[in-house]
Parts: sequence; structure tokens; C-alpha cells
Amino acid sequence: MQTAVRSSLPETEFTSRANFAPHARVVREERQGERQAQTTGLPLSIRGLRKSFGDNEVLRGIDLHIPAGQFVAIVGRSGCGKSTLLRLIAGLDKIDAGSISFGQDVQPEDIRVMFQEPRLLPWARVLANVEVGLGRDRALGDAHARAEKALTEVGLADKRDQWPSVLSGGQKQRVALGRALVSRPRVLAFDEPLGALDALTRISMQRLLERVWRDQGFTAILVTHDVAEAVALADRVLVIDEGRIAHDVTVNAGRPRQRGSAELAGLEGSILSHLLSADDRT
Amino acid sequence: MSLIDSVSLPRSFRLPRVDGLIQWIVPLAIIAIWQVASVTGFVPTRVLPAPSDVLLAGWKLLLSGELVRNIWVSFWRASIGFLIGGSIGFAFGLANGLSQLSAKLTDTTLQMVRNVPHLALIPLVILWFGIDESAKLFLVALGVFFPIYLNTLHGIRTVDPQLIEMGRIYGMSDGELFRRVIFPGALPSIFVGIRFALGIMWLTLIVAETIAASSGLGYMAMQAREFMLIDVVVLSILIYALLGKLADSASRVLERLTLSWHPAYWKR
Repeated sequence: MQTAVRSSLPETEFTSRANFAPHARVVREERQGERQAQTTGLPLSIRGLRKSFGDNEVLRGIDLHIPAGQFVAIVGRSGCGKSTLLRLIAGLDKIDAGSISFGQDVQPEDIRVMFQEPRLLPWARVLANVEVGLGRDRALGDAHARAEKALTEVGLADKRDQWPSVLSGGQKQRVALGRALVSRPRVLAFDEPLGALDALTRISMQRLLERVWRDQGFTAILVTHDVAEAVALADRVLVIDEGRIAHDVTVNAGRPRQRGSAELAGLEGSILSHLLSADDRT
Repeated sequence: MSLIDSVSLPRSFRLPRVDGLIQWIVPLAIIAIWQVASVTGFVPTRVLPAPSDVLLAGWKLLLSGELVRNIWVSFWRASIGFLIGGSIGFAFGLANGLSQLSAKLTDTTLQMVRNVPHLALIPLVILWFGIDESAKLFLVALGVFFPIYLNTLHGIRTVDPQLIEMGRIYGMSDGELFRRVIFPGALPSIFVGIRFALGIMWLTLIVAETIAASSGLGYMAMQAREFMLIDVVVLSILIYALLGKLADSASRVLERLTLSWHPAYWKR
């Protein structure tokens, strides 16, 4: 945090160590205020990305540019490397070759991941679980207020004092979303976050995801095996096959999208046929 | 049939006090049957004195101060031995659960020591420590060490790796990760270890006091045997049962307090 604060100030302002602290506090508050007012997504450039696990080459050269604030869905058969790509973007695994850049230095709080499992701490109340998402800002005085705001955003303000074990699957996943959102990330990576939910809960979660993405403007990367979900949410759908981007499909439908409209269904059909034709080859 | 009846009783009939007392029905019934059997001469008092005689013997010992002193001595030995052995076991469990190096270095040795029945060390311990306090403390600590060590280790090793990854992603430091993820995750298993250890604690202490001691409940029972005071012998055994129950209840209360997040510990 301190390095970020320091670099965002002109060097000349630091005439002595003594006045560093008050300056830093002011700047930090401004920075938070500014970020809460208009969070901007980060662009993402991937060049020649490769990753192997042992002899198994999972990603065989991915080149990709994602503009700031875009909603990208990644689909593919299981084992195609889509989750691996997401984990590399999120910095969870080491890159073998190639590069991923966000165009500037990023803080860990700028990039957040949401998994298929909610991964809540069972021994922490809902609010405390959301506070975990603040990262190094947990110790600040406004942690409670920020966590409560994030809980309100996902519609669970009234569950703040509950244990996670009393929540339904969809509610747990909303808490996980709140935890991911609380630090106002600029890139949010979703690894099949709705995969374990029932059909109705899925649709309401999809709406929630779309709403927070539109409100906050982060760059969203969604890995899913559900093509209908991909075309319903994303600006752009990437089909990954054998460790490469096989198709890059732009979804031009306006928002809010009409689920099951002919336009989306047609798009879904063509993407599915891409996936299935790849299946026939093997 | 009667079981089904009791289950389907309307809730209003089951007062909370009755729920708490229900567990004492069986022990009290056994004592009642025992009393009747003794009074009618079905069980000769040379074999088993009547509960009333045992109570009387207890009352006499209570008045002389002997009972309180011996219980206190035993209780003190049990607690100190438990604290020493438990802390060391917990420390090794933590170290070996968190550090591969530490586990490689010590786990094999500890597993070998574990397979020696610690009561088999009594002759050696008497040679080392005499029948001093330290002999009893050593044995209790040794007996308590292993269940706590093994369960702490197991608890830490089985913390959900997905939660640990989550903690790392959200920027937790090592200390914070331990405090907020690993330790709470290992706690249910640690409690299993504590409850096992409490049982072993009494067992060890009784054996040690019976063989080599000059005070304590085990000593009291052995003295009574020498003078054929069978009521005092039975009294000692009953006190062991009560103390064991007490220790178990204490650990349950602690579990309820610290594991209130866990659905298994919610009051049904």
C-alpha cells in the first residue's frame, strides 16, 4: 500500500520523513474515494502464454487482448485449459512461458477470483467473511462499513451475523461475491462460480453478476461450461480447444438481455456446434 | 413401543430440567438395584458393600479431611501432568503439521515411542524418580502427549486446502493464515484429542498411584485394601467415575463455546 501511495505523489512533496504520514493518510482517503466513485477495469494483454503440468501441455500459446471493462466468457470442454488460463491470470499458478500484463502495476486487491465453491470460513460470521476480502485494508477503521456495503450490494445485509453453514448454496455464493467485490477489484475472474447452483438460483445470480459488473465496471473473465450463460452475460466468448483459442465470438446483443431470445439462441447454437465439432475430431 | 412414545411426546411435556436429568436415570437405577441387592443379602457385603455403607465411609473420610486431601492431590497431579504433556503434544502437533522438515525430523521417533505402552515404563520411572511427584507427572504427561499430538497433527493436515488457498489469495500473512484459517480448522480434531487424553490421564494416574505413591486416591484405595476396607475401595472407584465425568463435561462445555460455528455442536 505504501509503495502505491508513494508513487502516486510527486517526489518533491517529501521534504522530510516527519510529514510523510499525514500526507499518506490524506492521499489514501482520496484514492479510496476516487475508486469508490468510479472503479475502472484494467486492460489485459496475454502474449504467447504456455503452461504444462508434467508432460501434459495444457496451454499451447495463448495470445489475447481484453480491453478494460470488457466481460469475457471462456468456454471449452473439460480439460481444455480454461480454468488453467484463469488461474494464471489471477496469479494462482506460475507461468511457464509468455506474459500477462495489465498495462500498469497492480495491487493484489485489484484482482479477485471467485471459485465454484464459496470457500467461506465456516468459523467466521458472514460479515467477517466479507471483511477477509479487504486484504491488507482489513486493519483499517472502515473495514466494517465497507464489508456491510458489499453485503448490501449482494442483497444479504440481513445475514451479516449468521454462520455460513445456515446459508443456502446461492446465498453462500453471494457472500463469496461480496467478499470478492469488497476491495473494489479492477479485474474479477470467475471460475464456474454458478456451476453448483440450481437453475433458478443460477439465473438470479447471473443477473446479480451482470448488475455489479455494470455498476462497478471491472474487467470480468468468466470461465463456464454453460454456453447459454456465456452468451447471456459476456461481450465476447472465447472458445478454447487443445490449449489454444479456437474461436473468438463477439456478442453484440444489447443489455439487459432477453434470456432465450432468438439472437442469443442462434449464437449459443453456433458456439455449441464449434465445441461439438471439436469433440467429433477426437 | 415405549421408545417411540417417548420420542413423540409433545414438546411442552419435556421440561428443560428433565432433559438434563435424564442422563442420570441409569446410574441412579443401578445404585438403587445395588442397594436392594445388598440389603436383602443377595450380594454379600464382603464382595460388594451396600451403597449406603460406601456413602458412610465417604462421610467419615470427609470428616477426617483425608478424602478432600487425597482428591486434591490426585486432581493436582492430573491437571499438571495434563498441562505439561498436552502443551508439548500440542507444540509438536503444530510444528509437524506446519513444517515438513520438523515432521521428517521427529515424526518417526514419536511414532516409535507411541507404540511403547507408557505404563510399561513404570518400573523404569520408579528407578528414575522414586515414588516422588515427578514420577506420576511424568507418566501422566507421557500418556496425554500422544492423543493430543496425533489429533493436533491430523487436524492441521486436514484443513481444507481450498480455504488455505483462499487465505493466500486474500493476502493473509502466515500468522494470520494460522490464526484465522488453520487453527480454527484444526480445532474440532484437537478437541477429540483432548477428550481421549482426559481418559488416559485418569487411567495413568490411577495405575501410577496404585503402584507407587504415598498419597492420592489410588494410594487411598491400596491402603484400604491392606486393611480390608472394601467400602473405601469401592468409594475410590466411584470417585474416579465422577471425576472422569467431570473432566468430560468440562471439555464439552469448552467445545460448545469454541465450536459454536459448527452445526454438530448446535443444540437440537
